[in-house]
Amino acid sequence: MSPEAGDRARSTADLVARRSYGKLIAFLVARSRDVAAAEDALSEAFALALKGWPAKGCPANPEAWLLTVARRKIIDGHRGRRRDEIAMAQLQILAEGLDAASTAMEIPDQRLALMFACAHPAIDAGIRAPLILQTILGLDAKTIASAFLASPAAVSKRLVRAKEKIRQAGIPFRIPEREELPRRLGAVLDAIYAAFSEGWTDPEGTDPIRRDLTWEALFLARLAAELLPDEPEALGLLALMLYADARRRARRQAHGEYVPLAEQDPALWDSAKMDEAETLLRRAGAMGAIGRYQLEAALQSAHVYRCRTGRANWSEVVQLYDALLALAGSPVVAINRALAIAELDGAHAALQAMPELQADARLAEYQPFWAARAELLAKTGSYAEARYAYEVATGLERDPAVRTFLKRRQAALPE
Amino acid sequence: MQYMLMIYETEAPSGVGSAEREQQMSAAYGAYIEALNKAGVVKGMNRLRPTADATTVRTTDGKPQVLDGPYADSKEQLGGYFLIDVPDLDAAISWAARCLAVGHGAVEVRPIWVMQP
Repeated sequence: MSPEAGDRARSTADLVARRSYGKLIAFLVARSRDVAAAEDALSEAFALALKGWPAKGCPANPEAWLLTVARRKIIDGHRGRRRDEIAMAQLQILAEGLDAASTAMEIPDQRLALMFACAHPAIDAGIRAPLILQTILGLDAKTIASAFLASPAAVSKRLVRAKEKIRQAGIPFRIPEREELPRRLGAVLDAIYAAFSEGWTDPEGTDPIRRDLTWEALFLARLAAELLPDEPEALGLLALMLYADARRRARRQAHGEYVPLAEQDPALWDSAKMDEAETLLRRAGAMGAIGRYQLEAALQSAHVYRCRTGRANWSEVVQLYDALLALAGSPVVAINRALAIAELDGAHAALQAMPELQADARLAEYQPFWAARAELLAKTGSYAEARYAYEVATGLERDPAVRTFLKRRQAALPE
Repeated sequence: MQYMLMIYETEAPSGVGSAEREQQMSAAYGAYIEALNKAGVVKGMNRLRPTADATTVRTTDGKPQVLDGPYADSKEQLGGYFLIDVPDLDAAISWAARCLAVGHGAVEVRPIWVMQP
């Protein structure tokens, strides 16, 4: 075998892995319900491909080749492990699926069904996002753990447990019925957004794993929007993520200092992404079913409009926050709403609108709460209190660029 | 797949009004059982006598001990079960959600362990 042929085979395998991994896993799992076995079988199939393809050449249909090998591995595994009727029934189902796949040549896309299984209410909410990242994209536990700031061993254990639950508890692989869909879709979208948010918390903006995670989450959001084009919240989430991603370059100065939205240079925004987000949001809005992600995307859209045109639209922004608070009341929303109120009615009114520390103990260790308080207190002239709030906010921040930013604000306070 | 729907409820005190309550409950469960039968999913069901009639057996220091009362002294107790055969967890959950007990207690859904021959 020539080194070029080896490279070619490797790059074909890489390409298929990236493009088809989730599709192949979903196809295998939909028939056996066994995520772990499907993952093992597929990784063995990929290993065989890397060994065999350079010598014999790439097959005409690499996906079908991998699927056939992986299914044979699963069937062998079942034969070795157990001989009961259930295994036989599963083999039967697997065999039927195999014929369907080889005759049609086109492998049906069941990734969405797999996502719904991973984000099933019977699965622990905290592991849904990692599970989707692993099953659909093939990320390993180590990468996921690093992105979510957790220990690899703990993440591994929870992933194994979740896969075992899918298999043993009989969690179904299908897109939920019409009346159930909005609620269940919410869990899927929340998991995708959680992955995206984790990717955003990269302190330097340079950690490749974290940056990849925002990219992977965007891929999942695109997939969800593509497969459910009539679900306004799926479109809303994609729009929201595109707005955030479009401003990626404007978030940092050349030396890495953090730049808040109000001071960002709109010329640095990715206008193609912004336009795509606007189009998606308009399409979602026309469907007449408002939701959390559409509202958050609409807020992004309002901020973009203001920054681009210089026309204040704070009353519109406060209205959107009101709607969001009514729909998904969280301290985070309340804080951002208060900051918008400050622009409209002044800092005193805004401080009144801030959530109370007593109401939610988690606020005490939530950086944005203290940063917002500090800004508002500074505007009302309560400098000593503002200085203290900046101190707490700085102590809670893990991103050095934001820490520097907060310190600068604190230093700028009058005595 | 077979699932056991385990019904956990606060046990009603006996005495005043208990006969009337009993009648109401029987009627309500009657409709549920009717629906389960109609769908042809039920494999077995039973209501359990209150935990006042329970006896717990365990071994302490190598000797079997017999104790009056339930295994766990919690507010809500296992009061009965339905054994159903449905395609998947979602179907089991929707039957559990229709059960009267979810209104005031809880229904635990557990898959049956499939025995190897």
